[in-house]
Amino acid sequence: MSEPPISRGFKGRKRQDVPSGRVPPGQHLTSDFPVLSAGPTPRPQLHSWSLALHKGGSLLGKWSREEFGALAQTEVTVDIHCVTTWSKLDTHWRGVTIDALLKAAGLDAPPTAYVMIHCDGGYATNVPVEDLINGKAMVATHYEGQPLTPEHGGPARLLVPHLYFWKSAKWVRRLRFTEADEPGFWESLGYHMYGDPWREQRYAGD
Amino acid sequence: MPETEGVAGGSGRLRWLTAEVIALIEETPRAKSLVLNIPGWSGHRAGQHVDVRLTAEDGYQAQRSYSIASAPEDRHVMLTVDRIEEGEVSPYLTNDVQVGDHFELRGPIGGYFVWTAAAGGPLLLVAGGSGIAPLMAMLRHRALANIDVPAVLLYSSRTYEDIIYREELDGLAAKADGLRVVHTLTRGHPEGWRGETRRIDHAMLASAGMVAAERPRIFICGPTPLVEQAARSLLELGHQPDLIKTERFGPTGS
Repeated sequence: MSEPPISRGFKGRKRQDVPSGRVPPGQHLTSDFPVLSAGPTPRPQLHSWSLALHKGGSLLGKWSREEFGALAQTEVTVDIHCVTTWSKLDTHWRGVTIDALLKAAGLDAPPTAYVMIHCDGGYATNVPVEDLINGKAMVATHYEGQPLTPEHGGPARLLVPHLYFWKSAKWVRRLRFTEADEPGFWESLGYHMYGDPWREQRYAGD
Repeated sequence: MPETEGVAGGSGRLRWLTAEVIALIEETPRAKSLVLNIPGWSGHRAGQHVDVRLTAEDGYQAQRSYSIASAPEDRHVMLTVDRIEEGEVSPYLTNDVQVGDHFELRGPIGGYFVWTAAAGGPLLLVAGGSGIAPLMAMLRHRALANIDVPAVLLYSSRTYEDIIYREELDGLAAKADGLRVVHTLTRGHPEGWRGETRRIDHAMLASAGMVAAERPRIFICGPTPLVEQAARSLLELGHQPDLIKTERFGPTGS
């Protein structure tokens, strides 16, 4: 590609404000935690909330809120990157890793290579299994030591910090294992199937 | 879920294009509209946005997303940018850019927060501040496509001077073709003001909006607290969640 045109007079932020190696191309840092959702915030009844693993028509595992809280809890501090170009460093989360969920469901290995994440409100997103296991992802219930607020996906959201944040689906209820990599909500609307921020995979074809 | 298609119609990569600024419009003390000539532009649907990329002389780049405010029928693409004082891109776009300047953009992006005349109505639009931009694209589309589906715009601004597109909205409402515009001002109002004077709430949506039985297509765009409040109230008023589409922006330093 040819050189991009210089935006006359544009200087941008001081370069030293950006820690090297932690902000992917095209991203900028924010200290806020912006909210982006396509529809109203769902507010499920906590007593009837559950998280389930499915493959085809069969249920592989299901946990009530209490049962979920009794599973092994993991804390992580990670950087997150939204496709709308903000990144946020050193965010702190607590939840249950996908490894722990598979183990709790009695599965030695993931049954297929892909997962469709289904959420309250109808949202869905696809993630390869290998991006969910080996400590790479969790179902998070706490952010910065507090229960996740509804706007940010509470009671529980997926956290896959190494992919663009639309993959970290809010209000997660069901992980459905699939044989093929099927597009989810934004992926059907032209966003990238995988969404690696370091390769700037924002939209289909990137 | 939605009756929509992909970002760019699905054909390959969304390319960076070079836009030329052909006009600047001072909308309010904080907001400016940039009218752009974009060779290679493929057209858009009302509600979609673009990614803008600026490049400094040393090669440093910054990207931000901006909603398209013009109708698909308009000859040129218009972006309306609200200046965030501590921001990096919006002060440049609102203070420094001059007619004849160039910058890169790509789009259109987003296939969900979209309204086409073919989708019909009625239409219930709720805006806060510069969140009016994608909704203005819908109202301009409605006017230019001569679609007289009933429409209501409930628009919250800080002060009278902060109302973006005020005269154009007055003009559209004066056509009496089924569009009703309700303004609310949250930080003071001029003498004799006949609009609302508080933040958008349940009661205001109940009186100014449409009843759920009309099944309006609802689009809400603005700061997160406004969107959360409006969406929640509309659910309480019986509107179906799948008819409510939202676009939120926080203070993301843009």
